[in-house]
Formats: sequence, C-alpha cells, structure tokens
Amino acid sequence: MSIRHGLLALLERGQMYGYQLRAAFEESTGSTWPLNIGQVYTTLSRLERDGLVRPLPESEAGQRPYEITDAGRADLALWFATPISRTDRPRDELAIKLALALTTPGVDVRSVVQAQRSATMRTLQELTRLKYGSDRPEDMPWRLVLDSMVFQAEAEVRWLDHCESSLVRHQPNGPTTHPPRPPDPGATDGARWVDEEARR
Amino acid sequence: MSGMDDAVLELRAVHRTHGSGPAAVHALRGVSLVVRPGELVAVMGPSGSGKSTLLALAGGLDRPTRGDVRVEGQPLGALDRRGLAQLRRRRIGYIFQQLNLLGSLSALENVALPLELDGVGGRRARAAALAALTEVGLPALGDRFPDQLSGGQQQRVAIARALVGERRLVLADEPTGALDSQTGEAVLHLLRRRVDTGAAGILVTHEARHAGWADRVVFLRDGVLVDTTAPLGSVEQLLSGSDR
Repeated sequence: MSIRHGLLALLERGQMYGYQLRAAFEESTGSTWPLNIGQVYTTLSRLERDGLVRPLPESEAGQRPYEITDAGRADLALWFATPISRTDRPRDELAIKLALALTTPGVDVRSVVQAQRSATMRTLQELTRLKYGSDRPEDMPWRLVLDSMVFQAEAEVRWLDHCESSLVRHQPNGPTTHPPRPPDPGATDGARWVDEEARR
Repeated sequence: MSGMDDAVLELRAVHRTHGSGPAAVHALRGVSLVVRPGELVAVMGPSGSGKSTLLALAGGLDRPTRGDVRVEGQPLGALDRRGLAQLRRRRIGYIFQQLNLLGSLSALENVALPLELDGVGGRRARAAALAALTEVGLPALGDRFPDQLSGGQQQRVAIARALVGERRLVLADEPTGALDSQTGEAVLHLLRRRVDTGAAGILVTHEARHAGWADRVVFLRDGVLVDTTAPLGSVEQLLSGSDR
C-alpha cells in the first residue's frame, strides 16, 4: 500500500492537517508503520499537485488543513476496488537468501533456517502479545492488521519447516554444509533441489 | 528471580531411551528446561523430535532413563507410584487433543472427578468444578452430558478438568486439535489466562500461530533442545520498539 492512499482514506473522514494525519495513520496501523512528518507533507504536496486533495486556509494556530477532492475520492474508490497484486510487492529477500545459502560453499543451511525461524517465531510472540492486549471493540481495525502480520509470520515459519524437512530428505545422513564444488554448467543446486522436490 | 527455588517445573539433563543396544531409540538426549510461575513455554519441533516424550516426563507419565525431573522442587524420581499419582491429580493439569471425557458423567461431574478421586468431599469438589467451568465460560452447562455439547464446549470442559483445584503446572499437547481457528484461539486464551494468574505451562504444538502465545519457544530436534527465542518485553516496550 502507498502512504498516498492511506492519507486519502483518512481525509475521506474529514479535513485534517499534517500532524493529525500522521497520528491517525499510525493509530490505524497500530504504530506498525511509523511515518515522519516530512513524509506526510511530501505526500500531501504530491496529492495536491495531482488534484486529489486541496489545502484550506490556515487556522489561527498556523495549521493548514487539507480536504479530499472529487478526483481524490475517485482515486480512493479505485484503490479499494483493485486487488493488490503479489508482483507489486518487494521481492522476498529470505527466499533469495536461502536459495543462495544452498549454493554457497561452507554455509550451514539448517542454521540459516533455524536462525530465521527463531526470529520469526519471536515476532509472532510479540504480535500475539499485542493482540492479547487489545480486545476492546474499538481495537478491531488494529487487531485485523495484527492478524494479517500473524498469518504472514506463520506462513513463513511453515515454509521454513518445509525447507528443513526437504533438506533432511535431500541429504538424510550427509553433512549439513555443502562442500565446495565445481560450477555446474546445467541447473544450479537450488534449482535442482526444487526440481527434485517437484518430482516427488 | 531467585535461583531454581521458584521453578514449577525443572528438567535436569534428562535422557529418555526406548529399547537398548543397536535398536535403542534416543527420544531425549540431555534436555534441561526450567519453567517458572507465570511462564508459558511452547515446545516446537518436527515429528519424532521428542516433544511428546518431554511432556510425558514433565507430567510424571513416564520416567527418564537418566537425569532428574522436579515439580515444585519435588524430584519425581523419589516418589513411589502412589505418591506420583497423587502429585499428578493435585498439581498437574493435562490438556490433550483426545479429550477423554466420560460420557456417562455430566460436564460438572467430569470436572469434579480428579478431585473426588483424590478424596475431596462431594460438595467441595462440585464447588471447585463449578468455579473451573465458570473460568472457561460454561457456568450454565454443568448438567449437560458430553454428547449434548459442541466440540468446542467439550474441549472447554476438558480444560476445566485440567485446571480444577490448585494445579500449578498445566501441560497441553496440541490442545486445539480439530477445532476451528476461533475456537482454537479461545482455548489458548484460557491457557494463557491461567498461566498469567501464576501457573506454569508447557504447550507442545507444531503450529507457529499457537506457539505465539508463549513467553518462550524452545525448539527440539532429534531429542536435543537446539534453540530458544529471546524473552519477550512488555507491551509498552514492544510498541516503542525499545526492547530490540
């Protein structure tokens, strides 16, 4: 998601100035996505340039509120109506790291897997603790954000478990480290591993 | 924290071997673990890593080949069969996937059963059972028989039976079994709440989302503890990110 659409959604509730927007944004994401005020103003000025928000007269305290325009509403409606594509998300560094660990001499892949599992598990504990502490009705949006992160972390742990059991089957009694090997002109080790998994 | 004195459960270099000679299976190999009041520890690991063996030893359902298991400072190895059975009934609660509720007894009678077996008078046992059923949110269903309850309600009755009285060690083995995710979550919520009031708990699970309820997660592999997550900070620390 973009900060842009987050701010538009907040302005749909009513006019707000920069600091209010920042506070409301952090509240609705349960502080999981901290914004600095600079990001808020940069985004607001781009939204203004594109005609999606318009500035209102400054208040006596010197704060300038913004309101959403009709074009902004249309843009927001389109965002809500359009599913987020997985290909729009950043590449998964962890998957790439494990694939590289498999083909890099001297790397103990099971240790890499376990270190990640322990860290992700710890994140899961933190998220669950936060969820446990927020059971008021008004915490609902925040709980949904937390649940999403819980399920993503869970999926990562399951995938790591899967990687580990695949490794065990791949090299039942062998060393957990790959000995240095000459380059294979065909498939990489990682690709071969995936191939063999697929054939099972 | 004052040494090991306040530990509810302590495993000291515990080994458990099944069979002998070349066919011997080493289910646990030198596992040490301390669980204190207010602490829920999740045990994770692949099938055959020793999770269930660890739980059986912690609950006095099995004895170690080598090493020492203590519950509230009491070495289980020093107890005879009767002493062990008594400790199990009074101090340890078990929550299994298999509920083992008796179909001919009402929910209240099922929950009161461990106390009555232990010689607690009928009226006192029933009062404690009602308190336990209230704790799991079923104060009004004590008269129902297991087949008149939903799966989730039956699981709650089984939990009430595990928590009834003054058990300070709660052992759970995949307690959410076949329950849907909301009902499963409610089970973990109950376990967490009992631990927060001063019990110690062990939760064996292969589900990361369930292990997330624990204060500490330990990983078993081939009978050895290979890793432990760092202890959690307070919610305030988590929110401010200052515990990292």
